[in-house]
Parts: sequence; C-alpha cells; structure tokens
Amino acid sequence: MSDPVFKLVTGNRLRDGKVVYFAGADAWTPTIAKARLVEERDGAALLAEAQAGPPPHPAVAPTLIEATRDGERVVPVTLRERIRAGGPTIAYSGD
Amino acid sequence: MYRYDEFDRKFLEERVAQYRDQVRRRLAGQLSEDEFRSLRLMNGLYLQLHAYMLRISIPYGTLSSAQLRGLAYVARRWDKGYGHFTTRQNIQYHWIKLEDTPDILAHLATVQLHGIQTSGNSFRNITTDAFAGAAADEIEDPRPYGEIVRQWSALHPEFSFLPRKFKIVLNAAPDDRAAVKIHDLGLNLRRNEKGELGFEVLAGGGLGRTPILAQTVRDFVPRREVLAYITACLRVYNQYGRRDNLFKSRVKILVQSLGIEKYRQEVEAEYAAMGVERDELDLPDEVVAAMQAQFAAPAYPDASGDEAELNQACAAEPDFARWVKYNVKPHKVAGHAIVVVSLKQPGKITGDCSASQMELLAELADKLSFGEIRITHDQNMVLPHVRKAALYDLWLRLGAADLATPNIGLASDIICCPGMDYCSLATARSIPISQALATNLAKREEEIGPLQIKISGCINACGHHHVGHIGILGLEKNGAESYQITVGGSDNEHAALGGIVGPAVAAHEVTATVDRLIEVYLRLRRDGEQFPDTYRRVGLAPFKEALVVAR
Repeated sequence: MSDPVFKLVTGNRLRDGKVVYFAGADAWTPTIAKARLVEERDGAALLAEAQAGPPPHPAVAPTLIEATRDGERVVPVTLRERIRAGGPTIAYSGD
Repeated sequence: MYRYDEFDRKFLEERVAQYRDQVRRRLAGQLSEDEFRSLRLMNGLYLQLHAYMLRISIPYGTLSSAQLRGLAYVARRWDKGYGHFTTRQNIQYHWIKLEDTPDILAHLATVQLHGIQTSGNSFRNITTDAFAGAAADEIEDPRPYGEIVRQWSALHPEFSFLPRKFKIVLNAAPDDRAAVKIHDLGLNLRRNEKGELGFEVLAGGGLGRTPILAQTVRDFVPRREVLAYITACLRVYNQYGRRDNLFKSRVKILVQSLGIEKYRQEVEAEYAAMGVERDELDLPDEVVAAMQAQFAAPAYPDASGDEAELNQACAAEPDFARWVKYNVKPHKVAGHAIVVVSLKQPGKITGDCSASQMELLAELADKLSFGEIRITHDQNMVLPHVRKAALYDLWLRLGAADLATPNIGLASDIICCPGMDYCSLATARSIPISQALATNLAKREEEIGPLQIKISGCINACGHHHVGHIGILGLEKNGAESYQITVGGSDNEHAALGGIVGPAVAAHEVTATVDRLIEVYLRLRRDGEQFPDTYRRVGLAPFKEALVVAR
C-alpha cells in the first residue's frame, strides 16, 4: 500500500523570497518538517487559513501541495517541491 | 562604449527612487502581490523557486570593466557570490531579497546598468555578435546601431503594450554569430551593389513551444530608413498580434499565419502610409557618426611582431596551443586577438561566474583589452582586444581561476538554462544533465570536433535546444523527468530546427543516448563535415535507427 498523502501549504517569504511552509496559527516556517499537515479533505480549509490575515501577508502565493511522511521527515510528492524544500541539487558557483 | 548622458542618469535615478517607494509600499502592505508583480517585473525582478531572481540587462552584450566590477559587487554583497550569464547576453542573480533590491538597483545605476525591460511584453535586451567591433569579418561595428535601436525602443510609448515580448538582434558579419533567425526581428547589416549601407530585415523567428525561423521581410532597407521601417514592422504586429491567446501572441505566429508575403505587404503599406513620420524617424549620417564616436576603436599599439612570439609560445606549450586553437579568434587588427573565456569547465555550471572571477576579468580587461568585456549568447565571456604577445600570460591568469578551459565550440561548450534547480517555469532539471554530458564528452571532444549541444529545462527553450546540433528538452512525464532529444539544428546563417530522434528518455539514459548519436555522426561523416553538414546529407533516419537498435 502506498504511503498516505497529506496536504500542506507553501509559499515564498515576502521580504526575501525564501521558501516557507504554513505551520498553523498565523506562523510560517522555513522547515518543512514543522509544516502543518492535513488530510486531503481538509486541504481547502488549510489554504484558506494560510491565506487569511491582514496585509502584508508574510508569504507570497500560498499554494497547496502534497507530501508524504517518512518517519520524522516530510517529503513532497513532486520533484519540483522536493527541490524547493531541499534547495538546488547542484553546487553553488560562488567564491 | 556608450556613456549615459545627463538625461539617462536622471531618468535612472528617478526610476530607482520610484521603485524604492513601490517596494516600501509592498513591504508595508499597501500594495498586494497582484498590484506589485508587474511593477517588480518592469524592473527585472522575478520570483522563482527559492528566492527572488533579478535579471540585469547588458545591452548588446557589452560591459566595461567598471560595470563588471559592479556586477561582481552585487554578487558578493547581495547574492551568494555569483551570477548567471544567460543566452540573452544578460546576467541574473538567483538569491535576491526583495528588501535589498532598491539598493542593488541604485548601485547598478552608478555603473549605468538596470533591469528595465528584462521582463514583460516589451522590447527585451538588444543582442548582437559578441565579437562586434573586433571581428575580422564584420562590415562595421553593429553596436552603435544597437544603441540607436535601444534608445528608440526604450519605453517606446506606442509599443509599451505589445501582444508579447519582442527580441531584436543585430549582426554585421557574413558569419551569423548572433543567432539572427531565432529572434522576433533581425537586422543584418550589409552593403548593396552601390556599396551603400543598409539592413536586411527579418521577422518572425522564435523558439519556445512553436519554433519558427525568421524570414526576410525586405532584403535591403537603407540605413537612414531603418527606424521608420522597423516601426512599420512593429505596427503591423501591434495591430494584428494575438492578444487573446498567450501561446499565439508572438510575432512568429502572426508571420506564420499571414504568410511572409502578406506580412510584407502589410508592412510595406504601413511604411508607405507613414508620410511625415518617416522624416521624424530618419537616421541621418551625422546621428550615426555621433553614436559611432561613442564606440570608437581603441588606440591599438603596433603589434605586428606579436605573431612570432605567439607561435613560439604555442610550440613550447601544447596546452597553451590547444587553448589558442579553440578560444582565440581572429581580430581585425594585426597582432591582436579576440579571446573567448570559457564559462564551461566540465562539471561546473554553464554560464555561472563567481564574484572573484568577474573581478579578475575586469582587471584583465583593464590591463589587456582596453577595459572591455563581452557576454556571448553561448554563455561565455570575451576579452575582445588582446595583443597576441599577451596571450600566454593571460592564459596563465585565466587558468588559475578555472577560466581557461579550451573548449569553445566543442562538445563540452554546452548551452544550458538554469532548469528546475532554480526556474519556476521548468519541467525538468537541465544543469545536472549538462554536467554529466560535459564530463563524459570532454575527454574525446577534439576527436568529435565542433559540436553544439543545447539544453532547455522546459518548452520555453531558453537553452535554444531546437537549434542545437544535439538539442535536449527536459519534460515531466508521469511525475518523472524525461528528455526529448533532437538532432540537426543550427543557429548560424544556415539556421535549422532539429528533428526529434525518438521517444523521450529518462535522465540516466541521456548520456548514453547522446553517445550513440555522436557515434552515428562519426561513422557517417565525410572529411571536413560538421554535425549539421552530415545531418543535411543523411537525414534523420540513421540517428533514429541507432536509437531503435539500442532500445
């Protein structure tokens, strides 16, 4: 049987663009393991909660994505979201 | 090089102040993202996977050493210590914070750079031959015309709401080093039978989801009429271009749907009807001469004796000779050379350049190349005016900074977009594919000979895959990355679109698949044939067959 798929909300932090995840209670975290995960049927409500609040909203373009749990780890379903969570798969070219 | 006048400086200062206020209002919650998005994009700021990305325009790919130092400063202070040079001869920074962007743009304004019109449905950066002003085969330096067209097009009120983005390219040599036929509008400088200067005007080229090569609208437009004529070209597009469908909005679709004959008729009718406007857009010789003075050739020393010294150094040092063979190009002035600085060391990331590498190149440009640097659409850099006697020391300095890979035009000199490691549009990664291919092919690339591999991480084709000798397009198929491979493309004066060789392959199969395609070429090529020559002679079938057999 495949792992159960959960929903969570992600966006990019307004002031610096950093990838962040909605942790509930108006809080956003850069650590995906601290994201609030819900079952599929509760996804829309989670997104609405993440989008709420007075401007400026701390995250740009809150979006619902899918993930599975692997022990303590939260693993996004799509490669794109895994790269967003873990950073580029190649080295930086800086000094 | 063109230097800003007081008007330019004041305009840019005001633009930065305006943008600073927009960012302040966004961070204070007075502007929503929907309201702010177009404002930031108008200044080159995108939001990508991990951070904001700032794209800075490098007009016609020409930089002064001061500008390159300015770019290095931004990389070091506000990014992760590097920048990425693109196929549009621009630079982009991938780790930018919104709150820093007003200061970044203010800093860049001090070296006469900005991000205006690097996004949106506007005229994008005017591109040209990276060897302009130095190439042995050019008719004239195309950059003064590039600057004239840039000034004509910048914030052009009539064309500020085009159906879609619009890319103009200039070339002034028989060899097309600017990929003219993949642009919305191409201007080829040429002389007519009377020896007068003018432009061949092409329109309707572009890659992306519907790749089409540009066609000639008019063989020869006299030089002084060129602004009026391209205004007519734009008006026809502005009137009939499809604003109702994003995927059909580029001028290539208009030219294709009308047919080049009908498009030409419309342009000529518009041009004929312009009347007095043609006088207003007239480009008299004195205006051209004044602009050419801004791009005056440097005071080259007499270097006629340098050739012998270079030959001696090549004879004594085979590695140096190899670098000279591939990375040093003919200059129009005796004893001088154009040096292509490879940003393609196998295993590294195509087009990336660290802050310290930029600073080194600025220093070397000041010492050895009259303070000039160019960016190529192949994502390399150029020192355009180097004395041949200075090449050996230059090679040593570049080598110490991983900038002397002798691979220009060879298999490891791969064009590659950032792909899904950075880009929010990408459907697959492209950089790891490029790294694997370059590492695998570098050891035998001299035996293979000239070969252009081009990789895009999505259908938008920033990596120009359609015109690669071997093109690779990253796609997403059932949740996994897969790569569609084409062969036979070309981006020069014999431009052609590649043909698909078979079903897309998985990431781990790309290297072996490319190896098989190269084996077909090596087996079938005749003396002196490059990959596109062989492809034109034998067609797609042997390449397809080799992959079918392998499967």
